[in-house]
Amino acid sequence: MPTIYIDNKPYEVKDGQNLLHACLSLGFDIPYFCWHPAMNSVGACRQCAVKQFRDEKDTKGKIVMSCMTPAADGTRISIDDPEVKEFRACVIEWLMLNHPHDCPVCDEGGECHLQDMTVMTGHDYRRTRFRKRTHRNQDLGPFVNHEMNRCIQCYRCVRFYRDHAGGRDFDVFASHHHVYFGRQKDGTLENEFSGNLVEICPTGVFTDKSLKRHYTRKWDLQTAPSVCMHCGLGCNTIPGERYGTLRRILNRFNGEVNGYFLCDRGRYGYEFVNSSRRTRQPFIRNKESGKLVPASREESLEYLSSVLYFGAKVIGIGSPRASIEANFALRTLVGPERFFSFGERNLKMISSIIDALKNGPARSPSLREIADSDAVFVLGEDVTNTAPLLALALRQSVRQRPMERVEKFGIPLWNDSAVREGIQDEKGPLFIAGTHATKLDELATETYHGAPDDLARLGFAVAHELDPEAPAVTNPGEDVSSLARRIANALRNSRRPVVISGMSSGSEELVHAAANAAWALCRTGKDAGLCFIQNECNALGLGLMGGRSLDEAFSLMEKGETDTAIVLENDLYGNSESFLVDKFLDKCRHVIVIDHLPSKTTEKAGLILPACTFAESNGVFVNNEGRAQRFFRVFVPSDEIQDSWRWLGDAMKVSRHPVSWETDDDIIASVSREVPILNLKDVSPPAAFRVAGQKIPRQPHRYSGRTAMHADISVHEPKPPEDPDSALSFSMEGYEGMPPSPLLTRFWSPGWNSVQSVNKFQSEVGGPLRGGDPGKRLIEPAKGGAVSYFQGVPASFEPGSERLFIVPLYHIFGSDELSLLSPGIAERTPAPYIALSRKDADSLGIAGESGAEVAASGQSCRLPVKVDDSLPHGVVGLFAGSSPLRGIALPLWGRVRKTE
Amino acid sequence: MFSLIRTMWTILLHMFRKRETVLYPEEKPYIPPRWRGRIILSRDPDGEERCVACYLCAVACPVDCISLQAAEDGHGRRYPEFFRINFSRCIFCGFCEEACPTYAIQLTNDFEMGEYVRQNLVYEKEDLLISGPGKHPEYNFYRMAGLSIKGKDKGEAVNEEQPVDVRDLMP
Ligand code: SF4
Ligand code: SF4
Ligand code: SF4
Ligand code: SF4
Ligand code: FES
Repeated sequence: MPTIYIDNKPYEVKDGQNLLHACLSLGFDIPYFCWHPAMNSVGACRQCAVKQFRDEKDTKGKIVMSCMTPAADGTRISIDDPEVKEFRACVIEWLMLNHPHDCPVCDEGGECHLQDMTVMTGHDYRRTRFRKRTHRNQDLGPFVNHEMNRCIQCYRCVRFYRDHAGGRDFDVFASHHHVYFGRQKDGTLENEFSGNLVEICPTGVFTDKSLKRHYTRKWDLQTAPSVCMHCGLGCNTIPGERYGTLRRILNRFNGEVNGYFLCDRGRYGYEFVNSSRRTRQPFIRNKESGKLVPASREESLEYLSSVLYFGAKVIGIGSPRASIEANFALRTLVGPERFFSFGERNLKMISSIIDALKNGPARSPSLREIADSDAVFVLGEDVTNTAPLLALALRQSVRQRPMERVEKFGIPLWNDSAVREGIQDEKGPLFIAGTHATKLDELATETYHGAPDDLARLGFAVAHELDPEAPAVTNPGEDVSSLARRIANALRNSRRPVVISGMSSGSEELVHAAANAAWALCRTGKDAGLCFIQNECNALGLGLMGGRSLDEAFSLMEKGETDTAIVLENDLYGNSESFLVDKFLDKCRHVIVIDHLPSKTTEKAGLILPACTFAESNGVFVNNEGRAQRFFRVFVPSDEIQDSWRWLGDAMKVSRHPVSWETDDDIIASVSREVPILNLKDVSPPAAFRVAGQKIPRQPHRYSGRTAMHADISVHEPKPPEDPDSALSFSMEGYEGMPPSPLLTRFWSPGWNSVQSVNKFQSEVGGPLRGGDPGKRLIEPAKGGAVSYFQGVPASFEPGSERLFIVPLYHIFGSDELSLLSPGIAERTPAPYIALSRKDADSLGIAGESGAEVAASGQSCRLPVKVDDSLPHGVVGLFAGSSPLRGIALPLWGRVRKTE
Repeated sequence: MFSLIRTMWTILLHMFRKRETVLYPEEKPYIPPRWRGRIILSRDPDGEERCVACYLCAVACPVDCISLQAAEDGHGRRYPEFFRINFSRCIFCGFCEEACPTYAIQLTNDFEMGEYVRQNLVYEKEDLLISGPGKHPEYNFYRMAGLSIKGKDKGEAVNEEQPVDVRDLMP
C-alpha cells in the first residue's frame, strides 16, 4: 500500500488510485467537477488542484490536478497551501463568469454541487463587469429539462451519455466558451438512461422534468430507502414525498446492485402512486344494483367475516409484484395448499431457475460482478428492455478485456480518456442470442437470431462444447455448431464469464440451456456466473415461497372445490387468457381483490380493499440475484388505504385464525420460521433498533413548513404519525449521524448537499457503503458434488405451414403496466404492433407498414405491422404490453392474416 | 433607612415626569419603517408577483411557519401555487425577508393582528399579496436571472449577450 503525504502527514492509500480519489476516500474535501467515481478522470474542469512537492526539501512545489496525478508511494502534496487555495477559488470564479443568477428558480438549488463547491472554495462576490454568454435551451422530451446557461463545461454529461451509456443522440457542439451540450436538434433523448443526467450533471443544466411539475426542494422531501419495483433487478431508490404525494425517485447507491445509476423506467415510473384513479377506500358490490359502491372499513370487515367462516373453501392468488410479507400473509390465511402464484409456464420457469441456482455450482452474480465480467453470453433476453440496468452493466463488461490490454501499456485505469483512446473500438466477448435484433447487438461479438427452441439448442450446444458430459444436440447444423464452438472458446478463455437468460422469452428450455452452459464452465474450473432475469420485482421471492399454478386454481374452481378467491395485487387478465379468467371469476361466488389501482379484475370483485403502493408500505423484495432487499414506507397513506398484509391480518382476525401479527417484524419472523430459505431476519435492523436511543428521521433536519403545512385544515399541528414497523421516524428529529446502510434515508453531509455526498457514506469513494451494501443474498450455489445437467434438448424449430410462432417483444416503456400511469412514460410507449420478417410479410401479402389480424388462443385483434428482418422465418413478434391480446402466455402458435 | 427614603423620594419625583403611556388605539405610536410586523408578499415594478417560490423563506424560518408549493406558468415564470403563513407561530424574526432573493417577502410596520380565533391567524396568499413593490420599488428578479419568461427572452436580461449560435464557426 503506497503512503502519501498530505500537508506533511503520512496516509496509507490503495494501489492504483489517483490523488483525488485517494484524498476523498481519506475524508479530505477537495472541490471537483469532472471526476466521477464511475467514470474516472479526464482533467477537464481544473478544479481539483493541489500542490505537489518533489521531496521534503521542496518548498516551492507545483500545482497539479489531483484527479490526473497518481497517488504513488511517497507523493507529497498540500491541499491547504495558500497558493493552490487561491488557484481553486479563481477556477470557480472563472466558471461563474457566465453563470446565470438563477439559484432561486433553479431546480438544482439546495442540492447543487456547484453551489457546494463555490461555498467550499470561498468565492462569494461577483467582480467581473462583463456580459454573460447565453444559450438557447432544447426540448429534450418528457424526462429531462434543459437550461444550458448554467453549464460549467465539465463534460460529465456527454461522457456519461455517450461513453458510459452508449447514447448517440447527444453530444457537445461548438468551441471555446460557446460549447454546447445537447442534441443536434430538439427532440426526445433516446437513451434508456437519460434520467441519470439529472444526477450526473453537477449543475442545474439537466433537471428532472417530472419533479418540475410538482417541484420541491431536497430539504423538504420526506424520504426513505426503497427498492424499484419496475423490473426484477431491484435497483435501490430514494423516493421523496411532500404534502402526501410522491415527488421524485432518486438513485440510492448500492455498490452491488445499481451503483450510481437508474434506468428511466425506474426513475420516472413512480407517478401511479399519485394517480387520481387510486383505490382509496373499500368497495362492496351492491346486491340489488350489482354495482360497486364505496364502503366503510367496518362494512368490509363484516363482508370478510361473512365469507371467511370456518371451513370456507377459500383460495388465495399471490403476486410477483407484492412484497414477501403480503404474499406470506395470504398464504397463511388460506393455507399453503390453497395458495396460487404464477401461470403454469412461469411457475415452471421460476422453479427451474431456483433449482438451477440452488442445486448447481454456478453463482448468481450481482450487477457489479456482471459489469466486471470479461465474457458474457446472453441467451434469449432483450436485456435493454427487460432488465435495463443490466444492459448498462454489459456496456461496461465489454470494456474489461480491452482494458487489461491497455493496462499493460502502463496507462492507469482511472485515466479515462487515455483508456478510451487505447481501447478504440475494441470490445470484449459478448455473444447475444435472441429471437430478434436488440439494441445491445451493436456491442456483440456475434449475434444469433432464432426461435426460442433454436436459441436453447445453441445454449445446449455451447454447454456440450465446454463439457462433453453435458447433453449433446442432435444435428445442430454447421452454423450452430461452429458458433457454439466460438462462444465456448471465448467463455473458456475468460476469467469471469457470465451466462444470462431469463423468463421473458417464456421458454423453460432456455433456462435449462443457460444453466447447462454455466455449469459446464464451472466444471472446467471457471467461477462462472449464472444470471436469470425476471420481469417482476418479487418474482423470485414469490417463487421461493412456493405456491401452485393459476391453472390449477382455475381447475379447482371448475371442479367446485372452491368458491371464494382472494386476489392480491394482481390483475389476472394480465397473466392469463381472458376467457379463462372470465370463466374463473364468473364461477367464483366471492372475489376479494386487494390492490392499489382498479383493473379488469377489480371490476369483477365483490369486495375491493385499498392497498398501499411500494411508497406507502414496508416490505421485502427478492431481486433476480436472490438478494432480499427491504423497502420502507416513505409516507403514511391517507383514507382507508393500508398494507395488504394488514388487510389480510384483519381477515385473519375476523375469521379467528390462530396466527396474528402486529408489526412488519412479526411477519418477517413468521416467514423466516415457516419458509427457511426466506430467512429475512437480518435484511435490515428491526423496528426496535435505535442509535443513541433515537430513531432515524425520514425528514432532513431543515425540513420546512412543519407548523404551516396543515394549518389550512387546523391551526393545531397534528402529532407526527408513529411507525411501529421500522426504526425510521416520520419526523425531523432523531439520529443525525450515519445509520446502518439499509436504513439510509438520504445522502447528505455538512457542506455536501448534492448527490455527491454519497462519497461520505462509502467505505472508500466509489466502493461499498460503510457497513456493507444493503441486501442479503438468499441463494448460494451448492458446493461440490456432481453436476446433474438438465436434459431434454428441444428439436429444432420448424416454421408452420399455416401458422406463425408468436414471440413477445418487450419495451422498456410499455411492458411494465404500472409505470404507464406516468405521463412521460406513456408518451414514450409505442402503440401495440406486430413485427415479422420481410419474407413472411410478403408471403402473407402484407405490404408496407399496413395492418394485420393476429389470432391466437381464441382471441384476435388488428394490429399495425412492422417489418423486422432479424426475426426468423415463421416467427412473429407481438408487442408485450397492453394490447387486446394481453394476457396470452407467449410464445405460442397463432395466425396472422392480411386485413382488407 | 436611608435607602428607603431615597426610594420614596425617587418615586415622588416621577410624579412630575412626562407621561410615557400612550392611549392606544386613540393615539397611534410611531412605528419605525424597519419595524418587523405583519408579513406581506409584494409585486415587482411590472405588477407581477415577485415571489418565485424558491422555498428559501420557508427553510430559513426558525419556527417553520411558512409553507408553499411552487408552480410555473406556461412560459417559465415560477410562482407559488399556494403560500401560507401561520402567524400564530411566527416570531417576526425577519429571517424570511433576509433569505428572500427577490424582495418578495417583506415585514411591514403593521402589528395590529390580534384575533379571538387562532385559526384566523393562518394567512393564505390572497391575504398576503399586496399590489405594490413595498420597500423595494426597483428590483425585478427576472431582469437579472438567466431564465426566459414571457416578454423576456434569452439574452435580454441585464448584462447578457445575445444567445450563442452553436453552428457558428467563428473563433
Ligand atoms: S446550477 Fe446551482 S449554482 Fe447554478 S443556478 Fe442552479 S442551483 Fe444555482
Ligand atoms: S451540462 Fe452539466 S454535466 Fe454537462 S458539461 Fe455542463 S455542467 Fe457539466
Ligand atoms: S433497471 Fe429495473 S429495477 Fe433498475 S431502475 Fe430500471 S426498472 Fe427499476
Ligand atoms: S424567499 Fe421570497 S421568492 Fe422565495 S419563496 Fe419566499 S417569498 Fe418567495
Ligand atoms: S476533477 Fe480534476 S480536473 Fe476536474
